[in-house]
Amino acid sequence: MTLPKFDSLNVGDEIPALTTPLVSRHILALYCGASGDHNPIHVDLDFAKSSGLDDVIAHGMLSAGYLAQMLTNWIPQSALRSFNNRFTAMTQIGDTVTCSGKIVEKFEKDGEKFVRLELYTNTPQAQTIVAEAEVVLT
Amino acid sequence: MIDKKHIGYNFPPVTIPVEEGRLKFLAKSLGETKGIYTDPDTAKAAGLPGLLAPPTFPFMLEIDALDLVDFMSVLGETLEKLLHGEENFNYYAPIYAGDSITVRKKITDIIDKKGGALQFVISDNTFTNQDGIIVAETRTNYVFRHQ
Repeated sequence: MTLPKFDSLNVGDEIPALTTPLVSRHILALYCGASGDHNPIHVDLDFAKSSGLDDVIAHGMLSAGYLAQMLTNWIPQSALRSFNNRFTAMTQIGDTVTCSGKIVEKFEKDGEKFVRLELYTNTPQAQTIVAEAEVVLT
Repeated sequence: MIDKKHIGYNFPPVTIPVEEGRLKFLAKSLGETKGIYTDPDTAKAAGLPGLLAPPTFPFMLEIDALDLVDFMSVLGETLEKLLHGEENFNYYAPIYAGDSITVRKKITDIIDKKGGALQFVISDNTFTNQDGIIVAETRTNYVFRHQ
C-alpha cells in the first residue's frame, strides 16, 4: 500500500475499520499456540471457572493484533512508531471485535511529520481496548 | 500481595530465533492475509529479508523469554489472578524471520490499587537484534486481582 500524504489528512478523519470473525474457541486455541500466551484462562473452561469467570475469555493481545492489522491495512508497518494499548473489558466467546480509529493530532517532531490516532476495539457489550498510535508520514 | 522487593529486578537476558513457521502460524491465528506476513516469496519480492513480524510480535518474544508460569513463581502469585492491563510498544526497526532477538526484561514498578485489592506489576522490556540494534521496547502492565 502507499503511505497517505500528511497534508491530505485532517484531525477527525477516520481510518478504514476492520471487523473480525466471531471469536471462537478454535481461534483462541490457535492464538494460544501461535502467540505463546499459554495462560489457560483463554482455553480451559475448568480453569476459567476456578478463576471466577463463567467461560474462557479472549486474549487481550488478540484484539490488539486485530487493531494492528487495521493499521497495517492502512499504512506500511514501517510508518508505525508507537502503539499503546489499554485493555478495558473482557472479550467473550461469540463476540465480534470491531476495530476503529481516527486521527486526533497532527504534529512535527525532529523534522518528521506525525499523526496521532486514537484506536478502539468494541464488542457488542463493551469497549475492550482504548489505544493510541503514532504514525510517521511524508 | 506481591512483595515490592521485586522492583528493579532484571531477568537474565534471553536470545530467541525468529522462526518463519511461527510467524506464519501467528498470521493464521489473527486472520492476517497480507503476503509480507504470510508468504516468504512475497516478502522477498517486496525487498524484505524474510517474513515481517507484525506489530504485536515483541509481546510474543516477551512471553517466550519468560513463561508466564515462571514469572508468577518469581512474584509468588498464580495465573488465576492475572489480567493484562496495558501493552505499549515503541518501534525503532523491523523484525524479520531469521533474526535473533535478545529480550531484556525488568520489573520497574509495583503499584497498589483500591487498597491492595489490585496490584499492577509494570515491566519494561528491550528487544535487540543480532546486529546490536534495539528494534523495539515495550511496557507491560500485569494486573493482579487479590479479591
